[in-house]
Amino acid sequence: MGRYILKRLLNLIPVLLGITLLVFILLHLIPGDPAQILAGERATPETVEAIREQLGLNKPLPVQYFLFLGNLLRFNLGNSLMSGASIIQEITTRWPATFELSVAAMLIALILGIPAGVLAAVRKNSAVDNLTMSGSLLGVSMPVFWLGLLLIYLFAVNLQWLPPGLRISQEATLAFKPITGFYVLDALLQLNWNALKDVLAHLVLPALTLSTIPLAIIARITRSAMLEVLSQDYIRTARAKGVLERWVIFRHALKNALLPVVTIIGLQFGTLLSGAILTETIFSWPGIGSWIYDGILNRDYPVVQGGVIFVSISFVLINLLVDLSYGFLDPRIQYR
Amino acid sequence: MRMTLKDWSANARNALGRFLQSTSGKIGLFLAIAIILLALLAPVLHPYDPSTDRNYLTRLKPPSAQHWWGTDGLGRDVLILVWYGLRTSLSVGLVSVLLGLTIGVLLGLVAGYFRGWLETGIGWLTDILLAFPSILLAIAVVTITGPSLPSVMIAVGVVQVPIFIRLTRSMVLSLREQEFVQAVIAFGATPARIIFRHILPASLAPIVVQATLSIGTATLEAAGLGFLGLGAKPPTPELGTMLSDSFKNGYSLSAPWTILFPGLMITLIVLAFNLLGDGLRDALDPRESH
Repeated sequence: MGRYILKRLLNLIPVLLGITLLVFILLHLIPGDPAQILAGERATPETVEAIREQLGLNKPLPVQYFLFLGNLLRFNLGNSLMSGASIIQEITTRWPATFELSVAAMLIALILGIPAGVLAAVRKNSAVDNLTMSGSLLGVSMPVFWLGLLLIYLFAVNLQWLPPGLRISQEATLAFKPITGFYVLDALLQLNWNALKDVLAHLVLPALTLSTIPLAIIARITRSAMLEVLSQDYIRTARAKGVLERWVIFRHALKNALLPVVTIIGLQFGTLLSGAILTETIFSWPGIGSWIYDGILNRDYPVVQGGVIFVSISFVLINLLVDLSYGFLDPRIQYR
Repeated sequence: MRMTLKDWSANARNALGRFLQSTSGKIGLFLAIAIILLALLAPVLHPYDPSTDRNYLTRLKPPSAQHWWGTDGLGRDVLILVWYGLRTSLSVGLVSVLLGLTIGVLLGLVAGYFRGWLETGIGWLTDILLAFPSILLAIAVVTITGPSLPSVMIAVGVVQVPIFIRLTRSMVLSLREQEFVQAVIAFGATPARIIFRHILPASLAPIVVQATLSIGTATLEAAGLGFLGLGAKPPTPELGTMLSDSFKNGYSLSAPWTILFPGLMITLIVLAFNLLGDGLRDALDPRESH
């Protein structure tokens, strides 16, 4: 196992190098002078020259790449052109927002998706099954940001049940101090029930929006994994012994059907981080996604570059964790 | 694999039979044909020039007998915009998949057939491309090429490349060990002939299925890029850009018809190709279907 982890970590190096190389090449393929772009359109020639000097843009490309890598290893991703804030600092303050949103979305997807999939499998070809499968097909066919806009219109504007955006309301912030940056956790730590209510209310719509695709996929995978397991001999044996049907389904079948679901959970969690770009934008959620969107709008290249690198690296690391978790879930899997 | 005409027609009949048994396949085929016809016939049935269409007197009017789907912020008829937007979005979906498919299948064939450093190199490229969440990769590509329709096609096409590389490579790896391929190798056929005359035709079924499903995801991704302001430039009607206009100007809150219909149309396109892809998988690749 230890050897396998080491091997996977070593395999990660060329991929991570590739990601940085790609981002580096992309930044240099942007038409025009990168120093001019980084300095902004209204910069004086002196500023442009200073930036060129500072970033080593007058050096040969391979040298520049190693300088860029060196900076990256020292967690130096430069500063935002718009706000001047350090990219690393922005990422540190914003990622808890994105992470909290992704976790909430995944929880919704699991709580609704697994029972829906089990029910669909147990009542195969029934109305419940057809409804679940059609719903799941619709879920993966809808633009997520569109669903978000519809939910805002319905629940925030028309019915006024829930807030249309942001993480916390103005009034609640007065008696609230962020500690970890995970607002739900922070409110719990401070035993601040008002803030907790407020934070959860803000979380509902964006989390629901973001959960659509994983929910649809988890329901689908749970159904097919359950069907596979339910057709096996040991289930027939359990039924023949007279075990309660409920017990057969939850104790015998579901437990074994969950492995493919875990794979999907991991893969989808990585996708959630990037799906958050559109969802966060719609709900003015102050996470990494809406920050990248603003970066694109303002042509703030260091922000786009830093955001892209951060999300891709997280994506790769999450996929690695998923792969490693198989061994714990299914001891039959041998690592080589 | 050289099949006789009789084998081929029997196979095709079986596949057709399985396709016709699949309800989702039939619905998907019907929807896809309807959507493609609508897109193709738009200039014939209703000639329209989006660059001159402005009418501030009819701004943001709700659906009525005159404007079935209401009007947008410039007083343009939403129904016509969605119809023409469908043309743009569908062509982005089709062209980008064609692009991703051509490059991906070629690289996959090369990697699977020649093995060695070519396979290692292409495998590395695939891993890196897959390491980027798709929308980020597309954003990165459009950031370089500048926002325009061809850029979106390239960006969404690039996202599809690694999917087709993986699929084709795995097909080639299993096919090249089979007897019919070993036989043509023994006969001294050139690699190009072996790849294009024998291996490629035998691996077409899963590629076709993936391509159909990819049209759906490509359309969604293109709409996402349009929503981020990286798609078609105004006044070209494009479904994602329409949603973005409505959102940025706050019409999504006051005039919900400006978001409802473009989004419905995107969903319909994606749904059509997802259903069709499912049906094709049942027909062409029965082992893979659930």
